[in-house]
Amino acid sequence: MKNVILSTAMLALTAGAALADGHAVVRMGTEGAYPPYNFLDDDGEVAGFERVLGDELCARAELTCEWVTNEWDSIIPNLVSGNYDVIIAGMSITDERDEVIDFTQNYTQPDPSVYLSASADLDLSSAVIAAQTNTIQASFVASIEGATLIEFATPEETVAAVRNGEADAVLADKAFLDTIASEDDTLQLLDQQELIGGGVGMGIRESDGELRDAFNAAIQSMKDDGSLNALIAEWEIGEPF
Amino acid sequence: MLDTGKWLACYLTTGKHMSFYASFGTVLLLLAITAPTALAFGFGGATAARSGFAPLRWLGKIYIAGVRGIPDIAFFLFFVIALDQGFEWMRHQWMCPDWDQPIRQGNDFVVCAQAKLPLGTAPQWIHEVYGFATAILTFAIVFGAFSANVLFGAMRAVPRAQIETAEAYGMSARQSFWRIIVPQMWVYALPGLSNLWMVLIKATPLLFLLGVEDIVYWARELGGTKQARFTDYPHGDWRLWYFLGLLVFYLAFTKFSEVILERIMKRLTFGQATSGGHAEAPA
Repeated sequence: MKNVILSTAMLALTAGAALADGHAVVRMGTEGAYPPYNFLDDDGEVAGFERVLGDELCARAELTCEWVTNEWDSIIPNLVSGNYDVIIAGMSITDERDEVIDFTQNYTQPDPSVYLSASADLDLSSAVIAAQTNTIQASFVASIEGATLIEFATPEETVAAVRNGEADAVLADKAFLDTIASEDDTLQLLDQQELIGGGVGMGIRESDGELRDAFNAAIQSMKDDGSLNALIAEWEIGEPF
Repeated sequence: MLDTGKWLACYLTTGKHMSFYASFGTVLLLLAITAPTALAFGFGGATAARSGFAPLRWLGKIYIAGVRGIPDIAFFLFFVIALDQGFEWMRHQWMCPDWDQPIRQGNDFVVCAQAKLPLGTAPQWIHEVYGFATAILTFAIVFGAFSANVLFGAMRAVPRAQIETAEAYGMSARQSFWRIIVPQMWVYALPGLSNLWMVLIKATPLLFLLGVEDIVYWARELGGTKQARFTDYPHGDWRLWYFLGLLVFYLAFTKFSEVILERIMKRLTFGQATSGGHAEAPA
């Protein structure tokens, strides 16, 4: 075990050194609107699970990192055109996205998606369901027979649609909807859960293999020493590894 | 528990709200720089379009027709990325001639590190200034084409008799353009230009498409529901109030613009023969 830790640490170090010229500053792109994964705190700074995780991963890979926010809709086009180097925005690893960009290994377990609704006995097969554009939840709802999908650009708007009656329910990651359900008495989670997505990973340009290896090694070292599980428990992001 | 007044005083002065207030400055600065730049583009486009030198004339006409024909949203979404990549491509050719990998690798656009704009090592504020500058350039190109069309029409609206008189006095084409047409065209151009100014004010929320955090972005972010777990100031969906604030801002600003434009119009038409053919009584 000690050898594993040592070798991954070595790998992280050498990968970090090799990157020194290519990536003096690694720009981390996130959405900043999906608590607890990522959000803007009262000072307008990026905060949340992925902020803490990203800073720790950068420290382990010996990279200098900088945070930027970008609309979810254009988060992949801006990565491939080089406006930032990493997407760390609660993005589930899917085959569809993998064709365009590369992913690191997952840093969360697949989090079940849940429905948040104003009524507990909702018939999903005839319901109007809100989801954020370009998410695994949106494509899942589109495949439900009889249900109507309405898409929104931000997570906030999907929940607002349920509050004002435009949609019967919203489908999103459990970690995101949990807090909303617990602080709003009029909304509740339905019993039904959907197991979609393969866990969340960092998105990296396909041509940027070195950076991906560096972060893979850093994530592995956090999985090995248990610090990742501690973070997952602290921020209530699903099951530990 | 703080009382409401104290709570509001604290709430309205968080770092996030300060960014919101600062973004009003961003929008005003954008307008202040874009308006004259777009006017310059428009003047260039209009003079090119009426040039006696055919290729220059075609260039002017293509610019005017091309930009006016493309939907704004397409322009703002794709043109800026293309512009940015175009700059980087040129820098790449210049700075890294011995680069052996392709620039297009599948979906990725990869240039050497020295050619990146801004440099990957640059601090965040440089990235923001660069984004702001490309935003201004894009706005100037789009609104320049519209104002070119307005100015082109205004130059032709100057009564022919005025130019004939100038020619009779022996002025060259260049002299009659600068001394007769340009000073007189503004009064014909002003209604069209003031329209454009109003449209430009209302188009500023497109800024966020370009990655600049403007007032609409912050209003949406601040107004959204906040849970007690993630903030010291939890609240419900307050977007309506923030957007009402923006409504007041935009209405006040357009009203103010109208008053100013009215004054400019008065001054420009002072004692001048207008298209109606009669001199206006001195006010």
